[in-house]
Amino acid sequence: MLKIENLHAEVGGKEILKGLSLEVAAGEVAAIMGPNGSGKSTLANVLSGRPGYEVTQGRVSYQGEDLLALSPEERACAGVFLAFQYPVEIPGVNNTYFLRAALNAQRKARGEDELDSMEFLKLVREKLKTLHIKDDLLHRAVNEGFSGGEKKRNEVFQMAVLEPRLGILDETDSGLDIDALKIVADGVNQLRGEDRAFVVVTHYQRLLDYIVPDSVHVLADGQIVKSGDKDLALKLESEGYGWVARESAA
Amino acid sequence: MSTEQVEDLVQRRYDAGFVTDIESDTVPPGLDESVVRLISAKKEEPEWMLEWRLAAFRRWLEMDEPEWAHVHYPKIDFQDISYYSAPKTEPKYQSWDEVDPKLIETYDKLGVPLHERAKLAGVAVDAVFDSVSVGTTFRKELAEAGVIFCSFSEAVKDYPELVKQYLGSVVPPGDNYYAALNSAVFSDGSFVFIPKGVRCPMELSTYFRINELNTGQFERTLIVAEDDSYVSYLEGCTAPMRDENQLHAAVVELVALDRAQIKYSTVQNWYPGDEEGKGGIYNFVTKRGDCRGVDSKISWTQVETGSAVTWKYPSCILRGDGSSGEFYSVALTHNFQQADTGTKMVHIGRNTKSHIISKGISAGRGQNAYRGLVQVHRRADNARNYTQCDSLLIGDRCGAHTFPYIETRNPTANVEHEASTSKISEDQLFYCLQRGIGEEDAVSMIVDGFCKEVFRELPMEFAVEAKKLLEVSLEGAVG
Repeated sequence: MLKIENLHAEVGGKEILKGLSLEVAAGEVAAIMGPNGSGKSTLANVLSGRPGYEVTQGRVSYQGEDLLALSPEERACAGVFLAFQYPVEIPGVNNTYFLRAALNAQRKARGEDELDSMEFLKLVREKLKTLHIKDDLLHRAVNEGFSGGEKKRNEVFQMAVLEPRLGILDETDSGLDIDALKIVADGVNQLRGEDRAFVVVTHYQRLLDYIVPDSVHVLADGQIVKSGDKDLALKLESEGYGWVARESAA
Repeated sequence: MSTEQVEDLVQRRYDAGFVTDIESDTVPPGLDESVVRLISAKKEEPEWMLEWRLAAFRRWLEMDEPEWAHVHYPKIDFQDISYYSAPKTEPKYQSWDEVDPKLIETYDKLGVPLHERAKLAGVAVDAVFDSVSVGTTFRKELAEAGVIFCSFSEAVKDYPELVKQYLGSVVPPGDNYYAALNSAVFSDGSFVFIPKGVRCPMELSTYFRINELNTGQFERTLIVAEDDSYVSYLEGCTAPMRDENQLHAAVVELVALDRAQIKYSTVQNWYPGDEEGKGGIYNFVTKRGDCRGVDSKISWTQVETGSAVTWKYPSCILRGDGSSGEFYSVALTHNFQQADTGTKMVHIGRNTKSHIISKGISAGRGQNAYRGLVQVHRRADNARNYTQCDSLLIGDRCGAHTFPYIETRNPTANVEHEASTSKISEDQLFYCLQRGIGEEDAVSMIVDGFCKEVFRELPMEFAVEAKKLLEVSLEGAVG
């Protein structure tokens, strides 16, 4: 589903990704771990097309298409979803209205019929119920005055409604208590399926207790330096990142 | 997304910029007593009206143009403006069939159908073209309710006692430079009278259109709501695109007697000038409401997207005990537009309340200033004011300024002022894009959210129009 080859990317003239390669198959959940400053968030941002991140070399193909040639909204409509590390507040814009505009923009781009208010509300209520999220979320403005945990829950809720092909979670677990963490994990687990893939960027192994990954990749200094299964994450948790760096330097 | 791209998004298209090719009776540019006399004669006014105009004109000659506003424009040559222009075909108020079809077509294009068959449901319209009213819809229905809604010229002829009683009682002819000029040369406008205990059965609306080149528009609106009455009034305005600046200096007076309520909404879309700042309307307007009666209420709502320079402070004089004033405003400046706008709330009576919500949006090189005065007089026990003043910046070459003045002479007064300035951030835009929402939709969604508190004060039809107008104003070169 996703194939990254020798990806180099700069932010503000400074090279962050230095030849990163990674493949994620449909149905797979890939965890990207690594120390601070290794380029984890840069990878998430480059994949979703955030301005300010310049790709200088390499290729990314997504469902056989050149992902980097698409604009951010085209990527979204093609099923790429980024759960933000820092979800953005949009004062005065109702959360339900925003999400419906997003879903209908995506449906339109895919040649599907747009949902009317009633149909949409029905869908949204179902999703809230299965995710055990309270419906006061619907009546508030997008992320405005939300606590850190509420913002992350809102990201997962949006993901559940938009049903992406490729979900990228950028440190969605940071700053969450255990209840919120379970809701986030639940959101991903419910969407897991043969035709979907996830890239879960995280600093801690903790989230992976709830979202059990199919593969774990260690990112250090802009490259994937080690790949393994879920046991790799446990080893990183107990021994830190130092040994991986030493091993790859050797 | 770069700043330039964001600014591209707000490049506007001005839909109302066409010229109607119609023969006009336009007096040559220039202003002296003879012009004032000529206007009065053309309108077949009674002697008292002419005397009133001449007194105002003499006051004006002694006054100086105000320069304190945060706006810059070349000095206006008042001798270079024509003060009266009317379509040559005399409108017949009895039948729309006799109105020049070009005029009806003009208003059709602007989305204001005047024809019997296509009239706006539930809204009575007075259409003012350059210096004259071309007609008013729903006159019969309104008359049955006892409501008077007609052009100002007709009111002078048909209801001289009412006009004499209230004209200039809120904005005296010598109030300020432009009010004095207006009082001398005002051409037309609307007159509304709601008798005791009547709730006006429909929205009243005046649609102003400047067409003729080098013509100023000086209209006068007077709304009187007697005890226990209610009226909601809407005002809309547009002008053709021209390279020359044109002057619009209106005066609006509202009088609310005991327990009366007046809701006055404006969607102002005068031609704003082009991207280089060439052309556009100078909009120098005096709007004031007098809450004369106890527990009366006046509410101003304005959405200002047009004009090259705006200078406008819809105000409330809270004279009656327990009266309240409200001001809700969205002002958008873009390219080289400048706006210095806000309100005055003058608390004179006891237990008076005022509420101010101002939203300024600046894009391009637009300059947006909020200027507000909250004044609490010595006798105004328990006066309450709340002011919220928010600015939104799009790009980094525009400006937002806030000039709040608070004067209280009564220790029981409670005055609150909150202000904020924010930018449409690249983060907000990217967040929308990442969810699949296109750039234009994202910008208008963010702006719409910012203006929400004001939009919900507008009557339904106008809220839709205002939203659309902002969307068009924010429409750009994408795609």
